[in-house]
Amino acid sequence: MFESLKKTDVYKSIFRHSYQDTQRNRALQIVDNVFLHLHPVRVPRHATNIGYTWGMGGITFLLFIILTITGIILMFYYRPTAQYAYEDMKYLMNDVPFGPLMRNMHRWAAHAMVLTVMLHMFRVFLTGSYKPPRQFNWVVGVLLLVLTFLLSFSGYLLPWDQLSIWAVTVGTNMARATPFLGHEGPFGAQLGMQANNDVRFVLLGGTEVGPPTLLRFYVGHCIFLPVIASIFMIVHFWRVRKDGGISGPETGKKAF
Amino acid sequence: MADQTPADGTRATPVASQPPAASPTPAPPQITTSPVRKAKQDRAPEKDPGIWRLSRRNLLTIAGWLGFFGFIFTSTIGALRFMFPRVLFEPPTKFKAGFPQDYVVGEVSEKYKDEQRVWIIRDKDGFYALIAICTHLGCTPRWLPADNKFKCPCHGSGYYKSGINFEGPTPRPLERAYIGLADDGEIEVDRSISFRYERGEWIKPGAFLPYIG
Repeated sequence: MFESLKKTDVYKSIFRHSYQDTQRNRALQIVDNVFLHLHPVRVPRHATNIGYTWGMGGITFLLFIILTITGIILMFYYRPTAQYAYEDMKYLMNDVPFGPLMRNMHRWAAHAMVLTVMLHMFRVFLTGSYKPPRQFNWVVGVLLLVLTFLLSFSGYLLPWDQLSIWAVTVGTNMARATPFLGHEGPFGAQLGMQANNDVRFVLLGGTEVGPPTLLRFYVGHCIFLPVIASIFMIVHFWRVRKDGGISGPETGKKAF
Repeated sequence: MADQTPADGTRATPVASQPPAASPTPAPPQITTSPVRKAKQDRAPEKDPGIWRLSRRNLLTIAGWLGFFGFIFTSTIGALRFMFPRVLFEPPTKFKAGFPQDYVVGEVSEKYKDEQRVWIIRDKDGFYALIAICTHLGCTPRWLPADNKFKCPCHGSGYYKSGINFEGPTPRPLERAYIGLADDGEIEVDRSISFRYERGEWIKPGAFLPYIG
């Protein structure tokens, strides 16, 4: 069974060579480094045609970088407690030098990233770039799409105004209906799930949206989700290089 | 057939079957268990047991890895438990709501809505407490006295004074909370005990408090 597991694309994408201590594997440990795969070795002629890929993947990554930088800057003034969160947001918007610029950049880049990540998926679908050998990268991309939505959703709570509290109330109420893990979902009650021990309780840190929720969403938004997303982005870019570089029109011959 | 392999043996050679005939050299090639020899750069170093081979010599290695994964496993369990707080700083679900004679017949009391999210309604036979959580997606509906209905501002769900839904996207009526009399004669409401109409629970004791007096 372990041998058949080793033949799957998932396994081969995570463990890129065998563990045996040979000269080749020692060389591969260095050469398979992801930092050597961020840029292509050569740029194929079709890669200059913006009309084919729309550059949506690259723009999404650029927006992620913008969000990381502006987000870190906002962290200097924002305190994730129920007492201060809303006032700090107001302070940033009214009295901090360049505060409105940073917050608006963060906000609009977040909206734009959700948009570009969806357009990226749409383009990949239209050009058939999800087909072998890129099928595993499509799966990684879907995970990144979900992570982008979660980042957007968790950031939405942080201004701590009525709009964000109720939006998150409505959003997390869906977690009640999680199968097995939600107290109103299928088989949830049979497994002993209640409002104070199910998956929604873990998300909120309580039975309703309150100060613990703000803190949990803040930590998730600033540390947990970006780190996970970065790891999947590394896999995503690495696979692009391994699957034949940036996708282009079918020419019948290899790009390189 | 002559052996064409270079001296360092980088090519695969079936060495076992045919020793060179009538060779003057005394030692025949070594018989190996693996018929195909790998290229030099793919060969493990001499006497390398590999990571899955257990022996006395790598006992400490195995113990180290077991300890490592044991640590990761128990840390994961601990981290999961860490996310379930023991103490919640939430308002108590049980509260007293004044004496029965303080209420006017036909009134929907919004006195406890801000703090407790509960309406207390006095009809001609007694009291019931409606939980002010929209059964669509959890917003707080508003009581509109002019229209004699509860209306949710989020998506427009509407409920009669009894709590039964009649318009908008909501799939079921509002829930009722436990209502009863405390020892001192005050009305007592517990939000954590809810009664759902679609399960036939509104006829249960606790869902309705008859007015005696």
